[in-house]
Amino acid sequence: MSKFLEPSIEEIEKEQLYKDMGLTDEEFQKVVSILGRKPNFTEIGIFSVMWSEHCSYKHSKPFLKQFPTSGDHVLMGPGEGAGVVDIGDNQAVVFKVESHNHPSAIEPYQGAATGVGGIIRDIVSIGARPISLLNSLRFGELTNKTNRRLFGGVVKGIGGYGNCIGIPTVAGEIEFDGRYDGNPLVNAMCVGIIDHDMIQKGTAKGIGNPVIYVGLKTGRDGIHGATFASEELSEASESKRPSVQIGDPFVGKKLMEATLEAITYPELVGIQDMGAAGLTSSSSEMAAKGESGIHLHLEKVPTREAGISPYEMMLSETQERMLLVVEKGTEQKFLDLFEHHELDSAVIGEVTDTNRFVLSYEDEVYADIPVEPLADEAPVYILEGEPKEYKDIQNRYDNIDVNDVFKNLINHPTIASKEYAYDQYDQQVGANTIVKPGLSAGVVRVEGTNKAIASTIDGEARYVYNQPYEGGKMVVAEAYRNLIAVGAKPLAMTDCLNYGSPEKKEIYQQLADSTQGMAEACKALNTPVVSGNVSLYNETKGTSIFPTPVVGMVGLIEDVDYLNHFEPKANDKVYLVGDTDNDFGGSQIEKLLFKEVNHEPSKIDLDLEVQRGEQIKDAIQSGRVSYAKAVGKGGVAIGLARIASQFNLGLDVKLSLTDAQLFSETQSRYILVVKSGEAVNVDGAIEIGEMTNDGRFNLTNETSQINDDVSNINEQLKGAIAQCMKSRV
Amino acid sequence: MKLAVLVFPGSNCDRDMLNAAKRSGVEAEYVDYRETSLKGFDGVLIPGGFSFGDYLRSGAMARVAPIITEVKRLAEEGKPVLGVCNGFQILTEVGLLPGALLHNDSHLFVSRNEALTIVNNDTKFTHQYEKDETVIYPVAHGEGHYYCTDEMYNELVENNQIILTYQDNPNGSYKDIAGITNKAGNVCGMMPHPERAMETLLGSDSGVKLFQSMIESWREQHV
Repeated sequence: MSKFLEPSIEEIEKEQLYKDMGLTDEEFQKVVSILGRKPNFTEIGIFSVMWSEHCSYKHSKPFLKQFPTSGDHVLMGPGEGAGVVDIGDNQAVVFKVESHNHPSAIEPYQGAATGVGGIIRDIVSIGARPISLLNSLRFGELTNKTNRRLFGGVVKGIGGYGNCIGIPTVAGEIEFDGRYDGNPLVNAMCVGIIDHDMIQKGTAKGIGNPVIYVGLKTGRDGIHGATFASEELSEASESKRPSVQIGDPFVGKKLMEATLEAITYPELVGIQDMGAAGLTSSSSEMAAKGESGIHLHLEKVPTREAGISPYEMMLSETQERMLLVVEKGTEQKFLDLFEHHELDSAVIGEVTDTNRFVLSYEDEVYADIPVEPLADEAPVYILEGEPKEYKDIQNRYDNIDVNDVFKNLINHPTIASKEYAYDQYDQQVGANTIVKPGLSAGVVRVEGTNKAIASTIDGEARYVYNQPYEGGKMVVAEAYRNLIAVGAKPLAMTDCLNYGSPEKKEIYQQLADSTQGMAEACKALNTPVVSGNVSLYNETKGTSIFPTPVVGMVGLIEDVDYLNHFEPKANDKVYLVGDTDNDFGGSQIEKLLFKEVNHEPSKIDLDLEVQRGEQIKDAIQSGRVSYAKAVGKGGVAIGLARIASQFNLGLDVKLSLTDAQLFSETQSRYILVVKSGEAVNVDGAIEIGEMTNDGRFNLTNETSQINDDVSNINEQLKGAIAQCMKSRV
Repeated sequence: MKLAVLVFPGSNCDRDMLNAAKRSGVEAEYVDYRETSLKGFDGVLIPGGFSFGDYLRSGAMARVAPIITEVKRLAEEGKPVLGVCNGFQILTEVGLLPGALLHNDSHLFVSRNEALTIVNNDTKFTHQYEKDETVIYPVAHGEGHYYCTDEMYNELVENNQIILTYQDNPNGSYKDIAGITNKAGNVCGMMPHPERAMETLLGSDSGVKLFQSMIESWREQHV
């Protein structure tokens, strides 16, 4: 007689209980054939989470295969907790981005906090010390009360976790659009530093080696979190609150320090974070990678309360936990270390030679599954897409009011300063942050060296929705440009693919086309993908979000010296690099004037991108450039306004562009501020004016002018979001 | 000179503090909160962070940590004790400094560089600054609103205990107070982070003189 009351094997099949867990009839039959018998309740639960989209990538695998994953600097590509890229001197940078969209939609503070916690543990489980955090966020417009609540909660949650654990948040991006109503995107990225010889893998090897559990006691929280993350959001999602986990940054901090000490012990064989699908995924994946079996004695798992069943234990996503495999006979050494850090830990199992995943509770067996098919034989679905039909009548921009457009753009939260958010994040803890959040990539010095890591996270959902293939390229290129703009050499990237339901033809096609564009850009820009995450089913009440692939990229700065003087000053000359065309598809001016994305032609020349990027990077590193910024949303007029505002300097500029072109979003352009008396050798750089100290923003073309006090522009840019958040309606 | 950098579970500016001290040319070592001796140390640095998670009240748990007895002893002996951010919160909880730190008025965490005024440059911690000198220190806290009664405030003023004020108060602190000392002048607490302001590359080197002041004061007495 079982100790726990749960549905019988017969009931699971008869009442199709597996369907509630997200498995189809065919998938259930596949489980039966793998086991050679019908699964019990614990077993079917385990299959359902391991085969969820979140864990198995069953709809996205074919797209991920397109990405280049190796390169000169890549030490470890996708497959482990995070990617590892060489930065010389026996050091490497470790990084990854992950989504926490679904939990954040119903519990914004905890959803975001646990998103940050999870990505930190991914980095730490490789053995790296985290040096920076980034985040990419999307919400519906702030004119809506629910969106304000979600935005406020998410920002607080990111700060609440990141500040407490003591890792600076140094860059990010936030956009607002009705397409994210009720379905915010919360993508968190973490970057760490490691010595080559300390790189850990999540592997369970060596027959008889003990399996150690450390961290928070397992509770009944987050059960089926991975399954929930692979569903569309609906009214009923509210009732899935128990699928959202609660973070504990205090334990997270202790666990981080303890783990970083544990990896210095040579007796450590393998380590993995208990993330999505908790104990199930960490233990079974480690066994699969070690080509061994694993036997867990679940009565030994530290639990928060009595009576938690094997099913609940295996599916719980309680935060702040790690699983280790260590050499036999050395377990006490590890348990003592965790005791010193005041963490719960226990030996809960051992590595076996059976190639089976066996779970017992007080000698009763609750699951006995072959390891390899569980981890590697998840179903893969290749579906058929259908390209969207595009309208072919172009919008007209020949009669716009320049001042009106300018004012409306700088007052929209997407363009406005994100100070409201990043003021809530500790940006400088660790005392290595050189470039803080504001205009471009964040830069953090590698402690004890003259090197620094630049990092950025970017998405361009409107471009991707406009033209998925070209848009996919643009997302990668934007991240690349942000690194170039601080003088860094782009090394590699991580990605988070946020889309609607892949079971819809149009969405499937968006995935296919945009990832193809991304893959091509990765190759051209020499920035292989070393880690990533997929979040599908981002739909609320039948409406899908914009296809939102997000790219996190890191770059290396060999010598930080030039950054001592990287700030514009009065009399510095201002250059625009790159021709401006009528590129309005997916732009902010299009959104402002026409609301909808009109699918106008858009293009990017990747060869030109690299050639220009190299020249600009060299110019910046030469020390002649006092500031650089890639031209992005809102075009050159907005880019200039943001520089003047950020540094509280006047600006006097004349451009030979049409009114609308002032806001055009043509790719591959930069604004360069060059030190007074210096010259730079960059093809396509046109001098357009200078920085001044009269506090005036003066921008003219042949037909119009924008003339205002910088302090006034500043007030609008910095006040826009805070103003929205004050609204009571 | 040898300084102790206390480490509580949840401290997160301990590395920054240790690096800043070493950079200033003195010996510095971590001391675990469970230790019961500060023998051989000439002063104590209490770093920022979230000691014991600060789930109860900032510094409330740290107050009863074993090492605190020794911190009190050093304070009584006139040795320098500097608490920054969570360190300041702990020192007020322990009672070595008057007043308390409340939630920021905005109820939001605030992280930015702040301009501050050195209002008293006649202390162990500030004598290398000019009077009324403007310094830039980063702040990063959720509970940085310095609170005291009018009576306490008058006493602080009378004894010249206020050493640092905000120019643009980020948290609602009473009378813009950012940093104070005890009556004897050897225990100092402040919410802003001088240990993060040690290099122009990182945005400010305003903190250098604070560490130098501490070290110089000690040398004058001991060499």
